[in-house]
Formats: sequence, C-alpha cells, structure tokens
Amino acid sequence: MAMSGRKSPIPWLKPAVLTGSLVPIAAILLRAWRDELGPDPIAQALNQLGLIALIFLIAALGCTPLKTIFGWTWPMRIRRMLGLLAFFYAVLHVITYTVLDQGLDWHAILDDIVKRKFIFFGFSTFVLLIPLAATSTNSALRRLGYVRWKQLHRLAYLAPALAVLHFIWRVKLDVREPVAYGLVLAALLSARLADYMRDRKTLLTREI
Amino acid sequence: MSRIGNTPSMSEITPEKFYLQRREFIKNSLLFAATSTGVGSTLLWLMRGLRAKDHEKAAATVTPDVNAALNVTRHLDYASGEKNTSYNGVTNYNNFYEFGTDKSDPAANAGTLKPRPWQVTIEGEVARPQVFEIDELIKSFPLEERVYRMRCVEAWSMVIPWVGFPLGDLLKRVEPTSRAKYVAFKSLLDPQQMPGQRTDLLQWPYVEGLRIDEAMHPLTIMAVGLYGKRLPNQDGAPIRLVVPWKYGFKGIKSIVNIRLMEEQPPTSWNIAAPDEYGFYANVNPAVDHPRWSQATERRIGEYHRRPTLPFNGYSDQVSGLYAGMDLRRFF
Repeated sequence: MAMSGRKSPIPWLKPAVLTGSLVPIAAILLRAWRDELGPDPIAQALNQLGLIALIFLIAALGCTPLKTIFGWTWPMRIRRMLGLLAFFYAVLHVITYTVLDQGLDWHAILDDIVKRKFIFFGFSTFVLLIPLAATSTNSALRRLGYVRWKQLHRLAYLAPALAVLHFIWRVKLDVREPVAYGLVLAALLSARLADYMRDRKTLLTREI
Repeated sequence: MSRIGNTPSMSEITPEKFYLQRREFIKNSLLFAATSTGVGSTLLWLMRGLRAKDHEKAAATVTPDVNAALNVTRHLDYASGEKNTSYNGVTNYNNFYEFGTDKSDPAANAGTLKPRPWQVTIEGEVARPQVFEIDELIKSFPLEERVYRMRCVEAWSMVIPWVGFPLGDLLKRVEPTSRAKYVAFKSLLDPQQMPGQRTDLLQWPYVEGLRIDEAMHPLTIMAVGLYGKRLPNQDGAPIRLVVPWKYGFKGIKSIVNIRLMEEQPPTSWNIAAPDEYGFYANVNPAVDHPRWSQATERRIGEYHRRPTLPFNGYSDQVSGLYAGMDLRRFF
C-alpha cells in the first residue's frame, strides 16, 4: 500500500473537533475581556459554560447511534474527546459558580446543594463525571477490565439526564430550550435502548 | 517565462510521492479548517439559545423622543447614596416577556411598541372614573426623581433613578370609594406591538395588583422616566409601576388600565406559578424562592453578592403595612 505507515485515515478529525470545541471558551473569555457579556457577566458566563458542557455530554452519547444507524465509525474516534470536553466545560461551570458567583462561600454553596433541587442535580451531574474523566485513559480501561469499565461508563447515560433536569428547574418559565435538549437526549437514549433490546434478542435466538 | 515548450529540467519536477503528499496535506488542511469552523460556529449558534433573531439591529430601535428631558422638580435619594446602575445596564437587562424571555430581548425588540398616543383608564370603585391622555397626565403632576433599589426575584438588583409621581396622588384624583380595597393594573394587549404575546408563556395581558394601602403608600410611584429622560420602551414606556420594597415583577410596565376593586385581583406570575410567586412578593431574604435562595443578590455591575435586605431596605417605611401577617404564608 502506497500510504502505509499512516496512523489514522482521518488525521485532521480530532485536532479539528478540538479546535472548534475550544471556540466557546475563547469567545467567552474574549467577551469578558471586552466587557461584552452583558450587564450580569457572571450569570452569562455561568449559563453558557453549563450549556456547552451539556451539549458535549449529549454529543458524546450520539457517537454510538451514528455508528449503528449510519455505519459511521469516525464518531467513535472522537467520543472520548467529547466526553472530556464535557468535563472540561463542567469544571469551568462549577468554578464560575463556586468562585465567581458565590465567592467561595462554602456555607451558601452547601446550603444551595442541599436545599435547591436544581443545584443538587447539577452538582450530582458533576460528581458523576469525575470517575468518568478519571478512567478515560487506555491504561485505566486495562486496569479496570473492559466489563467493569463499561459498567462504570454507563453513568454517561445518567449524567446528561440529570443535567437536563438541572437546566429545566433553573429557568423561570420558558422551558423550551432545556426541553429541546431533553428531547434530543431522549431520542439518543431510545436509540441505545433499541440496540440493547435487539442485541438481547439476537443473543437469545442464538442460545435457542 | 511562460514560453511554450520551455520544459523544466528533471531536478525541478516534484517527485510523484511528494506531489501526492502535498495534495493530501492541502486536502487535510481544508477538511481541518471546514470541520473546526463548523464545530465552532455550531457551538456559538447554540450559545445564543432562543435569543431573538439579530440583536445587532438593537441600536436602530431607539424609542422616539426617549431623550426628551423631563421637567423634574425635586430629587429624592432612597438608596442611601449608593451608586446608580449604569444607563446601559438599566436599559439592556430587562425582564419584559412581551418582547422575549432573554434579558437582552426587550432592548432589541421593543422598537415595535408605540408609546404615543397612549391612554390610561382608571375605573372601578371610584367616584370619578377617567381616561387620561399620557402627556396630559405627565404634565399634571410635579415630577420627582426617586432613586430606588430594584431587587429582581431572580436574585439580581439595580439602583435606578426613576422619574415619576406617587400613585396615591393619581388615585386621589379619581376618588376611590370605601369599597376600593385593591388596585388592579393591566398592561397593553397588542401582539402586533408586543410580539412576545404570540407565545402563551404568561397569560396576556400582564396583570398586577396591590392592596389599597400599598398603592397609597408614598414610596409607590408611577414612573414615566429614568435618568431624567422618558422611559425607554424596554423599561415599560410610557408609564409603569414601581414598588421598591417588592420584587421587580410587581412593577407592571406599559400600563393601560387601572381598576379599583373590592376583591384581590389575579396577578400574572401568580397565575403562572402559584407556589413560586405570591400576590405580595415583598423582598424577603428569609423566605426563599422554592428553587433558589433569596438571601443574597448581585448588584448589576458588581462581582460580589451582597446580603438582601428585608423589604429591600425599606422596612422602616413599610413594615407597618404587614403588622401581624405571616410573611411566609403571604409571600
């Protein structure tokens, strides 16, 4: 083969997605610097970082359905990166809330987490993402073994669902935007469920 | 140079291998550029959320005559000398769902509102019901500048130099009867002028209400301007209510009707979410919103949160109105 030795058939994919994915943080920093985040810049940055984190959580869940439905394999190459980008934006979102919004008033933050269901669900989402990010490496996968790693990473189904609830309960009245993300998520989760049912059926048929 | 038949020497010819690599490199570069641009712009587009079409045209929709100075006769500071929120902040960060739900929507979209000509009807339990033409009404009162704190139920706040006159002075003119226990307010209903009314997020028109003693309280004003100038459309032109010890949503905007009543009137946010927004809606750090804390607030333009004050700092003047009432129940 003429092109042997080439590592990836699509070498531009990961760098391109990563570059595009850093546009939101660049835009937020630039707008903050130029004082263009509006009269309440902290709230604006907080909301936008949270939204981007949710978008990446949902995008990461979209990779497998794209493979099963359309037969595309390229989304699987960027799935880990999408998950880590979700974690990256979630960390920035949490830092904005704890440091900039609450001024590290741990008493108020704890009170928020315990008393407000929307913050409780947001906080839970973040907590669930920590083990996922920590075990995202190949060596962690080897250490855990594929079966246990896969079981742990099923949390990736739960995290965006909690994030959507966090989003819905946060808005005052107009839930159209969070509900739209909820519907996309529901569609992706149904696709996974359909796969699971089909696989099980195939397995059962084989056993018979 | 480009003479036909001028064949390059062998050493100048790019070997096929590098030629193919170069093509591959260009192809990959283009794919990289297209993909990263696509991903980046999709994310930027999603970050805009449901925000109305193009906010760039916001600058074009300046209220006519908004800069017409008002004849202010006296200045009263009810915000303990605190710094005013910038004019830019007061006019670009608004909750006015008639023009969209994002706080930048009203500034962008309120150009469709026509604040002149405008009439305000006062009727119900009054001896002399009247229809006021807006400019006559404004001219008939000595206008005062009132610097008030404004606390939104969403836990942000501002300091705003309103221009207006006490609601009580207006109500006295129509002579409320002894059966007038409440005052009901209604905003304009016109989906042509107020595109947000084409959605059913709230029941339209926006309605609000006060108890008669709250309405007659000297701190309660009808505002017709801010920063010495006419009210911009996004702030509730041409006339709105300001009750500084209550959450901002009580301050109904673009009022066309005031009715004095014996029964407590329905109010928009209470209809929308009765467990979250009460009729009274007095600023109270001790009674949290069911979904968030009301203990602190962020003043627009500042970074650190500050404690929220009972009755938004107007306890001395207004707590007597609620003596003996359970403010947890009547939130």
